[in-house]
Amino acid sequence: MTTLDRTSTSTLPHLRPRRSWVGVLVGVLLVVLALTSLFVGVSDVSPASVLTGGPDSDAAFLLVASRIPRTLAVILVGASLGIAGLIMQMLVRNKFVEPSTTGVTEFASLGMLTTMVFFPGLAVVGKMGVAAAFGLVGTWVFLRVVRFVPVRQLVLVPLVGIMLGGVVGAVTTFFAYRLDLLQSLGQWSQGSFATIMQGRYEFLWIAGAMVVVAWIAADRFSVIGLGEEFATNLGLDYRRVVAVGMLVIAVITAAVLVTAGMIPFLGLVVPNVVSLIIGDNVRRAIPWVAGTGAVFVLACDLIARVVRMPYEIPLSVIVGVVGAVLFLWLLLRRGSRAH
Amino acid sequence: MIALENVTKRYGSQTVVDDVSISLGEEGVTALIGPNGAGKSTLFGLVGRLLKPDGGRVTVDGMDVATTASSTLATTLAVLRQDNHVAARLTVRDLVEFGRFPHSRGRLTVEDRDHIERAISYLDLDAYRGRFLDELSGGQRQRAFIAMVLAQDTKYVLLDEPLNNLDLRHMAEIMRLIRRMADELGKRIVVVLHDINVAARYADRIVAMRDGVVVADAPAREIMRPEVLGAVYDTPVDVREIDGKPVALYYG
Ligand SMILES: Nc1ncnc2c1ncn2[C@@H]1O[C@H](COP(=O)(O)OP(=O)(O)OP(=O)(O)O)[C@@H](O)[C@H]1O
Ligand SMILES: [Mg+2]
Repeated sequence: MTTLDRTSTSTLPHLRPRRSWVGVLVGVLLVVLALTSLFVGVSDVSPASVLTGGPDSDAAFLLVASRIPRTLAVILVGASLGIAGLIMQMLVRNKFVEPSTTGVTEFASLGMLTTMVFFPGLAVVGKMGVAAAFGLVGTWVFLRVVRFVPVRQLVLVPLVGIMLGGVVGAVTTFFAYRLDLLQSLGQWSQGSFATIMQGRYEFLWIAGAMVVVAWIAADRFSVIGLGEEFATNLGLDYRRVVAVGMLVIAVITAAVLVTAGMIPFLGLVVPNVVSLIIGDNVRRAIPWVAGTGAVFVLACDLIARVVRMPYEIPLSVIVGVVGAVLFLWLLLRRGSRAH
Repeated sequence: MIALENVTKRYGSQTVVDDVSISLGEEGVTALIGPNGAGKSTLFGLVGRLLKPDGGRVTVDGMDVATTASSTLATTLAVLRQDNHVAARLTVRDLVEFGRFPHSRGRLTVEDRDHIERAISYLDLDAYRGRFLDELSGGQRQRAFIAMVLAQDTKYVLLDEPLNNLDLRHMAEIMRLIRRMADELGKRIVVVLHDINVAARYADRIVAMRDGVVVADAPAREIMRPEVLGAVYDTPVDVREIDGKPVALYYG
């Protein structure tokens, strides 16, 4: 009998893209862009000027007080926002959610407004705490609401989130308008790293710490991504893992909001691109998402700085344009899939 | 032993599982049969702590599923549900790895890897280990899910219609695998089946449900009678002997 060749299936190609070189590429880009970010700007800071000028020169001062903090801030924001998006997508089991498409960012902004009205003298860390608490409420509200949306309604879920965000955003704007705080609101509703310097970005390390938390709980988030029934069957406390995930998302959102402002689309685009290349196993995806997120924001921030030298364009404009295009591409790509 | 004591589950005014008392898992393979809507999946949900009963108690080897730590139960009992949609882009290997989670808590030992490899090759998935689930056919995906619960390596395995989407060859292979899991590995398997001939061929015991109650519970041969099957499914079923084995004919 030679009619059925059983080995035929095992000779099928494995269909895995070769990813090692993509990893190397991301790593190299990260280093190159980070170095570029250190030495690009209005005032002349170059490796040579720092070396010749010595530690007391203007160049060295600028490097330490402004350029290094800015570059670190950009990397931390890119990495952590990507992770916030990734975790949110696992919790909701939907690829189109991230803090800014689920109302979480808007809730956090409402929290910021609240501190400005009621506790104007609050230290930044306090503001961040309040914003995080509001973000947590926002995450909770969103998760409650989407429970009534069938999991497989892929596009309906972010639509509900955007509507939720719209309502909360409108409330925030209304009160800001009535209380004459629209200007301050505008400050952080437009993400930018222009004002970042020493002493004004350190809260982002908290967001960085959340990335570590996500890394530690990575397998749990992967299992949660299989759905509540699988998670329960595998002996996981579903609610507890979701609670940890909510905390990670809220703290990252708040930390980024108080330091850099709103940066849309990032948490959505980066995990989706990574997912196409290496899939959604969180343990494997975290370094990729963090690295790609950092590269993405570094690149956008550089563009924002050089396009209209000596002026800066708000970073959120660049991220918004690039992100929206990528997002549309992802959406259309997905829509063309068979199922 | 999986013991249900007066277990009841209601949805609104509809009683879906009605005061059921039964123990499962003494024999190797138990088939659970019954018409659509009989309450089979609900029963599995109650045993697998996915649903809370409105009355009664479920214990697994003496552990009350309502109070025992979920992580402890996960090393004793595995449930594969009827409809599984995984949105995440995971590879077959990833999925089977997660089956080890109750043992590994995320850190795979050599033994865990052994279980994973064995489960993958048992289910004939070697060629697909690196494929994403959304790049598989329905039957291949179903086999990946079965490999996942196999890797979980629990004494009790509950499979809700595992033959869904499988072709003839894999259907027979899965049933043989289930038999081997019971005979060689000492596992206790409860499996929901719609094909009563498959149930009769591979199961030691058949439990029939209808309208939320157990209407028949006996060794396979005793269930394979026209009057019993007719009453369970509410449709005429003829039973013939072929080579000394009962075969049900229900095509009208
Ligand atoms: N979430 C729910 N809400 C309301 N009714 C439900 C729910 N889940 C199940 N039911 C009802 O409970 C009854 C039993 O459902 P169950 O899924 O247990 O049936 P089943 O025996 O597994 O059927 P099938 O062979 O079609 O899988 C059905 O009448 C169903 O309509
Ligand atoms: Mg069912």
